[in-house]
Amino acid sequence: MAEMLPLKDRIRLEQVPMKEQSPDVRIHNFKEVPLGYTREEAIREAQRCLQCKNPTCMRGCPAEINIPLFIKYIVEEDFKNAYFTILNTDALPAVTGRVCPQEEQCQRECVLNHQGKPIAIGRLERFVADWARENHVHAEHPNNMNNKKNLKVAVVGSGPAGLTCSADLAKMGYDVTLFEALHKPGGVLVYGIPEFRLPKEIVEYEVKEIEQMGVHVICNYVVGATEGVDDLKKDFDAIFLANGAGAPRFMNIPGENMNDVYSANEFLTRSNLMKAYRFPEYDTPINIGKIAATIGAGNVAMDSARTALRLGAEKSYIIYRRSRTEIPARLEEVHHAEEEGVIFHFLTLPIQILGDKDGKVTGMECIKMSLGEPDQSGRRSPVPIEGSNFVLEIDMVIDAIGTMANPIVARSAQDVEVNRWGYFKVDETTKMTTDEGIFAGGDIIRGSATVISAVGDGKSAARAIHAYLSSGNSLRKK
Amino acid sequence: MYKIIKKETLYQNIHALWIEVPEIARAVQPGQFIILMTKEKGERIPLTVADYDREKGYIDIVFQVAGKTTKELSFFNEGDYLYSVIGPLGKKSDIDFFGTVVLVGGGTGIACIHPIARNLKQAGNKVITIIGARTKELIIMEKELKEVSDELIVTTDDGSYGKKGFVTNILKEKLDHDHTIKKIWAIGPPIMMKVTASVTKSYPVDTIVSLNAIMVDGTGMCGSCRVSIGGETKMVCTDGPEFDAQLVDWDEFMNRMNRYRKAEERSLQYYENHIKRQGQGEV
Repeated sequence: MAEMLPLKDRIRLEQVPMKEQSPDVRIHNFKEVPLGYTREEAIREAQRCLQCKNPTCMRGCPAEINIPLFIKYIVEEDFKNAYFTILNTDALPAVTGRVCPQEEQCQRECVLNHQGKPIAIGRLERFVADWARENHVHAEHPNNMNNKKNLKVAVVGSGPAGLTCSADLAKMGYDVTLFEALHKPGGVLVYGIPEFRLPKEIVEYEVKEIEQMGVHVICNYVVGATEGVDDLKKDFDAIFLANGAGAPRFMNIPGENMNDVYSANEFLTRSNLMKAYRFPEYDTPINIGKIAATIGAGNVAMDSARTALRLGAEKSYIIYRRSRTEIPARLEEVHHAEEEGVIFHFLTLPIQILGDKDGKVTGMECIKMSLGEPDQSGRRSPVPIEGSNFVLEIDMVIDAIGTMANPIVARSAQDVEVNRWGYFKVDETTKMTTDEGIFAGGDIIRGSATVISAVGDGKSAARAIHAYLSSGNSLRKK
Repeated sequence: MYKIIKKETLYQNIHALWIEVPEIARAVQPGQFIILMTKEKGERIPLTVADYDREKGYIDIVFQVAGKTTKELSFFNEGDYLYSVIGPLGKKSDIDFFGTVVLVGGGTGIACIHPIARNLKQAGNKVITIIGARTKELIIMEKELKEVSDELIVTTDDGSYGKKGFVTNILKEKLDHDHTIKKIWAIGPPIMMKVTASVTKSYPVDTIVSLNAIMVDGTGMCGSCRVSIGGETKMVCTDGPEFDAQLVDWDEFMNRMNRYRKAEERSLQYYENHIKRQGQGEV
């Protein structure tokens, strides 16, 4: 067992870096970029934790993980209890350990920031989850417990919000049915986030673990088409809507419907969910140009530009109308993209996609921008510089400028009100919609955000559904 | 997994499959479609629902072998299972009483017009159906369509059966002589729908087409099926599949239908080599 070092020694330790695949190798494969900590590395990093009496890190964790406790178990080499500690509140540890922006959450709150680098909480979480998976350590199932309730909850959408809510409710003894429109569960975790950031095998594993808790996962079921939300009200005591903000946004510029213009959703779904990167072994094709232009600079844009390189694009551009300072993507993602050779065109706005009569893209007309006064988001708003038009030679485009609400679920829920962007209106704390007994969370209440904010919503909704049902309410009694 | 209850070969490479999917059979309306996958490594392809039996929980799809997936699908038999079927997707046809309506079907589009014709007939319309194909053997569902039409006209390009010529020639004759025609549905290959749109343009009728765009999810998530309708971008999967034929940007639509032509050829070739290695007919 590793020892708990004296405080003064802990502070002197440097953060343990995580090894990565080198850029020149990884741009030719879809394997994960960061390789994870070894046992020794994890212990060494865990030893840095000061075990604060009032841990500030936990304030930054929407998944409510007892961070100092699981880290303490790592130092003690009791990885099993470290895993159970995380699993106690977070049903997707291998996922959140990889894709959470820890630098803006738990790690930002870490007191070690005053001395140097914070504890690498995400890397430690990932280590523990991977260790458990590799060593076949499973949670004790609540179906062995005597807390079964005869109450049924429907969860619509199997992304991070839906999975988390289902897991929490199953733990409390509810009979949960999780509906997924696609043929595989996981939502954005399987169709959106690329294999090189989040291996699908890991998502599959954590979903299976949730199924082991007694959650019934039904794929190929399009709520809003196969059956409406209002039909589900007859069969369930409460409903949680977590269908995501899945509809793609386009720029609405001329030429955008030409053949090699993709939405990031289509591009990534073909590559990730449908595994077009293994075509023709997998049937779904994807077209890659010589020079790919990805519009936007969020995480999805980074994923798209990096995927294009791996699929064989000779050059991959990010086209962003603001400057480097305003990039919304995680720094780590921007750094990875640059290492891999993605070229950033800042202060550039596409105004027209050029092509031939067969719909083949041949270029993109852009205009240069300058930054003016801060807008409502607090970021300086870009203003076109007159006469600065130029043509960028490219032959494929990926629109990664965000998503919007897909109305298909909302149309089938008559009494659930939406705001002017089509997102469900909910009570901030309870996540209850305007139709009592129906709750909502994740991107469908606020627009595209992070996996972890969806996890947080799933947790608050589960708690509110429990409160609603344990006071004797039910959709079936309404 | 979704069980195939019955397989019919309508002609050489045109097949019908009855699939057991009670929840879709219960909800489906004329004009709607499903997306299916043959197996886990398969692609997602949209197919219009040609018929349904709500009580038994079955839906019927008709397809012609054109590429890899339809070829593979043609080897599926009664008792086999499909990996994924979702639906019903898209908006239903606008079934109402219009007076006289004409349904024009070409290729497997003939199967797609069947439930629409039946429902229009039930709504009290006079239904004239015009179906066409290259040659006699390719004319499918003649008997079924006769039952739900007041008049059925068959055309073949080579004159081997029915009237010689294209469906659009017959449609033009009808429009010139019958001024009670209010609405037309034309479903078939893109070129047939495009020509129909140009024929009916100068007549005071509404023309509806059903677009068979390339899709992935089929629920409005990816934008693969986008099409310009009257200058506005629409999704075939959620805004369609039926649109006013006069508003469709046909050149753009037909370009987009060719997006993966090279890959489709490669996929079919890969599959055929695979079958040869595995022995004939293995799915």
